[in-house]
Amino acid sequence: MPMTQAEAGLPALDAQGVSKRFGAVVALRDAALTVRRGEVVALMGANGAGKSTFVKILTGALRRDGGDVRIRGQDTHLASPAGARAAGLIPVYQEPSLIRDLDVADNLRLGRTPADPFLHWVRELGIPDLRLDDRAGDLPLATLRVLDLARALAAEPDVLMLDEMTAALPTDLVERVLRVVRGQADGGRAVIYISHRFAEIAQICDRATVLRDGATVGDLPIEPGVEDRVVELMLGAALTPAAARDGGPRAMTGEPRLHVRGLSSGARLADVSFDLHRGEVLGVVALEGQGQDELFEVLAGQRRASGGTIEIEGRPQRFRHPADAIAAGLSFVPGDRADALLMVRSVRENIALPILAPLRRWGAIPMRTEGARVASAIERLQIDTRAQGEVRRLSGGNQQKVTIGRWVAGEVRTLLLFDPTRGIDVRTKRQIYGLVRDLADQGASILYYTSELPEIPQACDRVVVIFNGRVVEILDVAEATEERLMRAAYGLTSPEGRRAVAGAGRA
Amino acid sequence: MTRTLRRSGWVLGLAALLAALLLLTKLIQPGFGASGIESLVRAALPFAFATAALAVVVIAGGIDLSVASMMAVASVTAAVLMESAGEAATVPVVLLVLLVGIAMGAINGALVVWTRLPDIVVTLAMLFVWEGVALLILQAPGGAATPWLRQLIVGPFPIPGLPEGATAFLPKSLVVLVFCLALVWLPLRRSRLGLSIYAIGSDPTAAFRSGVAIGPTRIAAYGIAGLLAALGGLSLTLSTGIGEPIPGPYLLAAVAAVVLGGVALTGGRGGLLGPILAVLILRVVRLILTLLSVDPNVTTIIEGTIMAVVVMLGGLLAMRERRA
Amino acid sequence: MSVETARPSVLGRAGRFLRDHPTVTLILLLLALVALLQVLRPGIVNERWIGNTVKFAIPLAMLAACQTLTMLTGGIDLSAGTVATISAFVVATQAPLVGTGPALLIALFPAIILGLLNGFGVGICRVHPLIMTLGTGLIGIGCLQVYQRSVIATGSVVPPILEWLGTGRTGGLPNALVLFLPFAALILWAQGRSGFGRLLYALGANEDAARLSGVRAWQVYLALYALSGLIAGLAGLVYVGLIKAPSLSLAEPLLLPSVAAAVIGGTSIFGGRGGYAGTIVGALILTVLGTLLTLLQMPEGARRILFGLIILFVTTAYLRLTDQG
Repeated sequence: MPMTQAEAGLPALDAQGVSKRFGAVVALRDAALTVRRGEVVALMGANGAGKSTFVKILTGALRRDGGDVRIRGQDTHLASPAGARAAGLIPVYQEPSLIRDLDVADNLRLGRTPADPFLHWVRELGIPDLRLDDRAGDLPLATLRVLDLARALAAEPDVLMLDEMTAALPTDLVERVLRVVRGQADGGRAVIYISHRFAEIAQICDRATVLRDGATVGDLPIEPGVEDRVVELMLGAALTPAAARDGGPRAMTGEPRLHVRGLSSGARLADVSFDLHRGEVLGVVALEGQGQDELFEVLAGQRRASGGTIEIEGRPQRFRHPADAIAAGLSFVPGDRADALLMVRSVRENIALPILAPLRRWGAIPMRTEGARVASAIERLQIDTRAQGEVRRLSGGNQQKVTIGRWVAGEVRTLLLFDPTRGIDVRTKRQIYGLVRDLADQGASILYYTSELPEIPQACDRVVVIFNGRVVEILDVAEATEERLMRAAYGLTSPEGRRAVAGAGRA
Repeated sequence: MTRTLRRSGWVLGLAALLAALLLLTKLIQPGFGASGIESLVRAALPFAFATAALAVVVIAGGIDLSVASMMAVASVTAAVLMESAGEAATVPVVLLVLLVGIAMGAINGALVVWTRLPDIVVTLAMLFVWEGVALLILQAPGGAATPWLRQLIVGPFPIPGLPEGATAFLPKSLVVLVFCLALVWLPLRRSRLGLSIYAIGSDPTAAFRSGVAIGPTRIAAYGIAGLLAALGGLSLTLSTGIGEPIPGPYLLAAVAAVVLGGVALTGGRGGLLGPILAVLILRVVRLILTLLSVDPNVTTIIEGTIMAVVVMLGGLLAMRERRA
Repeated sequence: MSVETARPSVLGRAGRFLRDHPTVTLILLLLALVALLQVLRPGIVNERWIGNTVKFAIPLAMLAACQTLTMLTGGIDLSAGTVATISAFVVATQAPLVGTGPALLIALFPAIILGLLNGFGVGICRVHPLIMTLGTGLIGIGCLQVYQRSVIATGSVVPPILEWLGTGRTGGLPNALVLFLPFAALILWAQGRSGFGRLLYALGANEDAARLSGVRAWQVYLALYALSGLIAGLAGLVYVGLIKAPSLSLAEPLLLPSVAAAVIGGTSIFGGRGGYAGTIVGALILTVLGTLLTLLQMPEGARRILFGLIILFVTTAYLRLTDQG
């Protein structure tokens, strides 16, 4: 690409002070990222740091509220994905973006990608036997991701953005991808590399830019031992030992209520085993997409396991429908409240729903009993009921309370909470921790996935850390400092994790 | 590659099934021959166009329940204009009817885009609207069709230099059908618009990321469906000689043929060849039942059942795929 | 934690009012139409006219119950017209053969079978309700035609009890109210105060959430469409008593208005919202509107266009209004 003298000295991409809010929630305060020609820069941040919002803004999928984004020194609006492309920034998204039902040649034509350079890159990336008349949907996931990369490379971008590029790739392809990406930078392009994998970052990146709480908090050159600095930055300055809640963990003895061995499902959940006892809150920590979604879905009866066993109080279980899991005493609160709530119905109907599900409850509703039950759930969870008519009018925190209250209104035995405090205010969070402890004290068992590490000591007795679809660490809450959890979540501590990092993926 | 084979396997299977059914017809009635095929294809013509129209919209991820009503509008418009304007104006009338079809389809599409209602709701409402329009144009069956135009779909297609016996098995109506569909579909299938239609049906998000303008593409798909429905209406007028304001049983037959023809109701998958073969198969089944002197009403039941079963199987298959 | 802090726009407030008091708004609309009728043809609105309007609105309201209940789950029942016709035709042809009582039972049998078939297709095969019910409607018509040929010799008689129910009056009020009032009360009770009714709303509001709460959706769909078939059958019985001449397309003309009545009555075609009270008023509105259009000598074609546009307009309006705030 020809460039003027002035352009040559400017960073390929320079984003400063980018901010974005969604209603009352501030997703980005002050995000910054600078990438020069010839550089690969890692963009890092823990879950909820604002990384995905930042990526969406840079790729034109979202509009920023404030800040500057300059590409080759020119202020760009990035109003749409097409606008970002035109400005010279080409992303490769985490999910494949070829049209499944078209063959590869048609996909190229649709995106106006020249075929020859595309095929060159496909061969270079290690897919020798690709045929242009293969239907995209028939190709394996790993191939699709590589094709996305080849398509981006064929467009000769100024700035290449790769989002978790090596996820779902077998080891040999990972090696080739890393080599090609490094080669792009050496050839004078700028690359933004988003990844959770330190091994890869160490191999190809020049710098790492770290986001925390919607702001850029550090920009470090990659050198030996940088992992610890990055982890520190991601966690924030306050690396004080966690203030554990009162009482400490109790000793867990006897038969576990939930006994999971070797559970696997789909491409992401490989091999997860753990026990959950009566009266215990077991925390689950994992970076995004490490198999925790699949784990909870399998336990909730939403998804079939492809291997492994689930036992509840000694009896093996096989769930074909969420109703089976509920009958076995497993109640699931999904991460996205929109998946769990009847948004246009009332608080009362939402809370009473599971009670009415079985065939034998289809008749007259005992209105008074139901009313009392719902009222006690509302009272217990302190749900603000000023807007009872439609649940969607409640605040996020109150909505979350309704989804939990639905199960508390009945007899809860085992509660599966998936990131129950995502996007809700601090006061409500506290109430939820308190409720979780209360329920456990009354004998309920709780599996508690959270994307926020500081919650672990407040709510949990033990923690399992999952990386790459496997349990890499099980800790008592007393030993589970944030740093230790974070290192484990990045696969940096356990031998198993290290092996996984070294392998950098699964075949 | 086996994948390519598997992809066209469904269409090949349909072709084989059609051949087997034709053979069966011949066995049941030894007299079945060229003229039998000719009347079969001619009767299938409106069904084929209705199916093609629906298929385009379904590929784009929508559904158009107003296909039969749009055909009725086209049919009565053609019949009324041909009767009043005389033979000289036939070609302009045909062009006008096709334009009306495109306009009706585009209105459907624009309403889907603009109201943001599900396709099925908008086109259900438009089913009533177009039906009403047809009734306003012509209260009862009437009008006329230009005779030479009618001859276009009657009889065998003569090829100079070939004996009549050889061309007898090539009905004009089949040539008309193939010609019209090829004219509309082949350039489209290879164009960016055609690819965009598949893309928005398959995965709107990915299509958007590839730079496809979703709204205009959707409107275009409905417009093409309108054009094909207008062709269907014309063929209806040509084969009966009059305009018919009450829509025939084309919608459900088209849904069944589209599903049987390998077009997924979830969008993005399939072509026109499969659905057209499916239309012919359904017509031959009807013919066989008639030849077996099954009560025509029982024939309706059997047809309805085949359609319902096809749609239900399609639903089950789609569900299995989603699970896998 | 704010609840409605922002000042709602006029549109938003209108939407809120419509949503919170749909029936009130609809009754106002009904009264306006009646007033318009009275202005156009002074003196037409009298006790006799009211009785007649109610009489004609009842079968429509019953058929619209099928649409309301299925629409609460996000579905629709386009076979309802055919099912009503079948029941009406079967009762009229069976009555001379087996007597009125057994004929009534026999007549409801195919209605439930077709309903179960719909439920099977929708709930278990996951076919879109619109396509499924169109299909069973077609099958139903075919069966009816075959049946007609087999009973061609017996002739048909509308049982006197149905005539009494459909046409008769007692003290100025149509007798059909004897059936309709308990029927409406039952539906109104069931939609809010029975587990089954609540599950209809739940499936329509968020089927995935309902599943997660342990609802086995297919059971609900199967029961719902069977019930819808039964109601359509009953509506057919009342209607044949009103029209007094069974035919192969008896209740077909009621199908579109039944959908329109539910839509106008505020039941969302997307499911999860609405109820039968609005539908009853909607049926009355349509009956009055019908009188009005006849008075204005509106041709059939224009009526259909009007129905289509009403459905389109009302659905869009509800979508836009209820999305505010």
